[in-house]
Amino acid sequence: MSALLSTHALKAWYGDFQALFGIDFEIRAQEIVAIIGANGAGKSTFLKAITGVLPVAPGNVVFKGRPIGGRKAHRVVAEGIAMVPEGRRLFPSLSVEENLCMGAYAKRPGPWSLEKVYGLFPVLKEKRKVPGTALSGGQQQMVAIGRALMSNPELLICDEISLGLAPTVIKEIYAALERITRDGLTAIIVEQDVLTAERVSQRLYCFQEGRVSLQGNSRDLTHEQISHAYFGV
Amino acid sequence: MSTTMGVTAAASARPGDGGHVVERSTRAGIATMVFFAVSLGFSVSMPFWADAIYLRWLSELACYFVMAQMWNLLGGYGGLVSIGQQAYIGIGGYALIVLANMAGINPFAAVLLCGVAAAVAAMPISRIVFRLHGPTFAIGTWAVAEILRLLVANTTVLGGGSGTSLLALRGFDRATREAITFWVSIGASYGSVLLVYLLLRSKFGLALTAIRDSELASRSQGIDVGRTKFLVYVISAFGFGIAGAIYFLGTLRISPDAAFGVSWSPLIIFMVIIGGVGTIAGPLFGAVLFFALSKVFEDFGSWYLTALGLLAIVVTIWFPKGIFGFIEDRYDLRLFPVQRRLRVRSTP
Amino acid sequence: MTIWIDAIIQGVLVGGLYALFAMGLSLMFGIMRLVNVAHGDLVILMSFIGLMVVEGLGLQPFAAMAVVVPIALCMGYALQRGVLNHTISKDPLRSLIVTFGISIVIQNLLLAFHSADTRAIHSAGLESQSLPIAENLAVGVLPVIMFATAVMLTAGLQWLFGSTRIGRAFRATSDDDGAAALMGINNAHIYALATAIAIGILGVAGVFHGMRTTFAPTDGPALLIYAFQAVIIGGMGSFWGTLAGGVLLGIAQAIGARIDPGWGVLAGHLMFVAVLLFKPNGFFPKTR
Repeated sequence: MSALLSTHALKAWYGDFQALFGIDFEIRAQEIVAIIGANGAGKSTFLKAITGVLPVAPGNVVFKGRPIGGRKAHRVVAEGIAMVPEGRRLFPSLSVEENLCMGAYAKRPGPWSLEKVYGLFPVLKEKRKVPGTALSGGQQQMVAIGRALMSNPELLICDEISLGLAPTVIKEIYAALERITRDGLTAIIVEQDVLTAERVSQRLYCFQEGRVSLQGNSRDLTHEQISHAYFGV
Repeated sequence: MSTTMGVTAAASARPGDGGHVVERSTRAGIATMVFFAVSLGFSVSMPFWADAIYLRWLSELACYFVMAQMWNLLGGYGGLVSIGQQAYIGIGGYALIVLANMAGINPFAAVLLCGVAAAVAAMPISRIVFRLHGPTFAIGTWAVAEILRLLVANTTVLGGGSGTSLLALRGFDRATREAITFWVSIGASYGSVLLVYLLLRSKFGLALTAIRDSELASRSQGIDVGRTKFLVYVISAFGFGIAGAIYFLGTLRISPDAAFGVSWSPLIIFMVIIGGVGTIAGPLFGAVLFFALSKVFEDFGSWYLTALGLLAIVVTIWFPKGIFGFIEDRYDLRLFPVQRRLRVRSTP
Repeated sequence: MTIWIDAIIQGVLVGGLYALFAMGLSLMFGIMRLVNVAHGDLVILMSFIGLMVVEGLGLQPFAAMAVVVPIALCMGYALQRGVLNHTISKDPLRSLIVTFGISIVIQNLLLAFHSADTRAIHSAGLESQSLPIAENLAVGVLPVIMFATAVMLTAGLQWLFGSTRIGRAFRATSDDDGAAALMGINNAHIYALATAIAIGILGVAGVFHGMRTTFAPTDGPALLIYAFQAVIIGGMGSFWGTLAGGVLLGIAQAIGARIDPGWGVLAGHLMFVAVLLFKPNGFFPKTR
């Protein structure tokens, strides 16, 4: 089976500072792949490179067999890649419902609608008139996920969605994510919490200093392998 | 670890770890100082042998030097972009009228007091304009200059809308007057460069550039942001006041439109931008360039100004460091080394 | 007593025109944090284009608006996409200098082509017609039309911002342009649309300005300051605030001018200073 998204020797820079040193990555359709790594390992940079926030060479990123590297962020969304950004980044002057509607801005056809998002997160329907930033952290994360789903993506990218949330809330969020992916949505999950990452994913990549230090089936990797790849000791 | 300090004229070089050296002086910097000392001596002697027209031109250029330096200090280093510094040109000019015409003070001696008058006026005005931030600050300063223009135009003692003449200079013969005006303006221009140079090398300069880069981060580092901004605003006003007074020493006539008119702003800003914002040499270079262009193309009037406007747009978008900054980077020249630079030495 | 009521009424109506000047400024600042220094010069440019359309095509001024506004919309879009998008950054210096440069270019091109003479757009006597509303009290027909237009445009903008897809995109981009791009918004296009609307409104405002009074190539900066003051006095909360700011500025100027003809504009400036000192967020500040 061919990859839905793959990167080939992906390099990225912030000005003169090189942050990624040739990342080879792939995710197949309906797969859930986790990316773990310490702060500064290059996880966020990698996502920026995929989603068009950072400029990269065209052939470096291939989506559905087509080179999309270096394409502007707003075009990548139209291709079918949606991002739940780190820190949620809801629009403060938009209500919950308006935030969700922004996700549908690219007008991609598909199963997701306001009703379906409210079905997934009923609490959001009650609060749909409230400014997005007036919700609790967990509810905000639901808005951010719902907003990404509204674009009817083929690939969903979740950047550190458990950051700053209480353990019970994290469980709730990941339970929802499981319901979403059960229907066949492909997802990349970036996590700092290794156990969560192992549990929710089928395959796992570990980044260290801008390189892939480990990859494999999440079930097969040992604790030692991961901590070695994670900390580089 | 290397402990040798074999870097050319490193004024405050400290041995770094593994062959890094912190450098504050450059060879070009030393050359600049020598050049300045020689040119100062040269220009001071000019009234004894040079033609009057050159004295007048250089006096005017010297005023632009001061204004460009002071605008750059405020906008380029302080990040307080103002398009209303003509407020202080006007205050300086009218202070000269009040002090020399009305109070009978020697007009040349009054120049310094005009700077003080502008600085004092800047204190309450800063309370108004500092309510605004970023781009709105810029327009706010302009509005304040407009207010001052209207206030002066409505004040009969100061000649109202049509202005008044600097009668206090009647007692001097023309040659003496022009020579002293020239010396005063040369002194002011060298003084302004020296002032900015010393300020930027001091702790104040570090605080200033830190605030420009991030107000929040500077505040957390214990920098008194409000006080630093206030000081740089007042210092800039002081310089503009002096420049204004000297300018009207040369023209002998002042009117609200000439003094507080908005046409000052493009002049000064274009000098700084085209030369190179955030450097000391850039505005000097820009002032000379602007002055030369204006003497050559003055007759083309509005077409000349149109071209100047376009040039400013092009330079801002494609050469953000200005023409001089572009040259500096290209050839790694530092004529006024105010920054601390870390050098990796090839042979430790 | 009547003369004061008259002054206030005239001030309110002129305030409508100031609000028309100010709306675009407020819109561009709200979305891009960009203050367009050339805003006043663009009003004058539109007055000149209006004049050319009226004289060249022999149209009535209101019909001329139908030509001027599309020109203004296109000009705004092209200006933002071609030039101003290159200046958007956290540092206000670049956009200020570039728009300042544009201001100089517009003024001097108008001077080169039209000389410094003052002009006016004639509207077949509309400028002198008035409606009596009480004894010794009348309002001009033109100012009433201007004010009504300002109210309608304010309502229109408020609706566009609050209730449409494009309005949501404006607000989202203003909040967080990076996150907006992740939603599929092309920020460059959104910014250009905002500027198109801002300058499009000036198409209306410029023709009105030319009908109301004479104009000359170098009048722009004064209009920019009025527009700016209206925005600051009104506060950044809503377009209704901007309208209110324009009206308050108009009233201050009208009352000042009744006290002493030389003090009209100054009275407006003093109100601006007073607002900055005592109500720095304006009368209708952003509530969240």
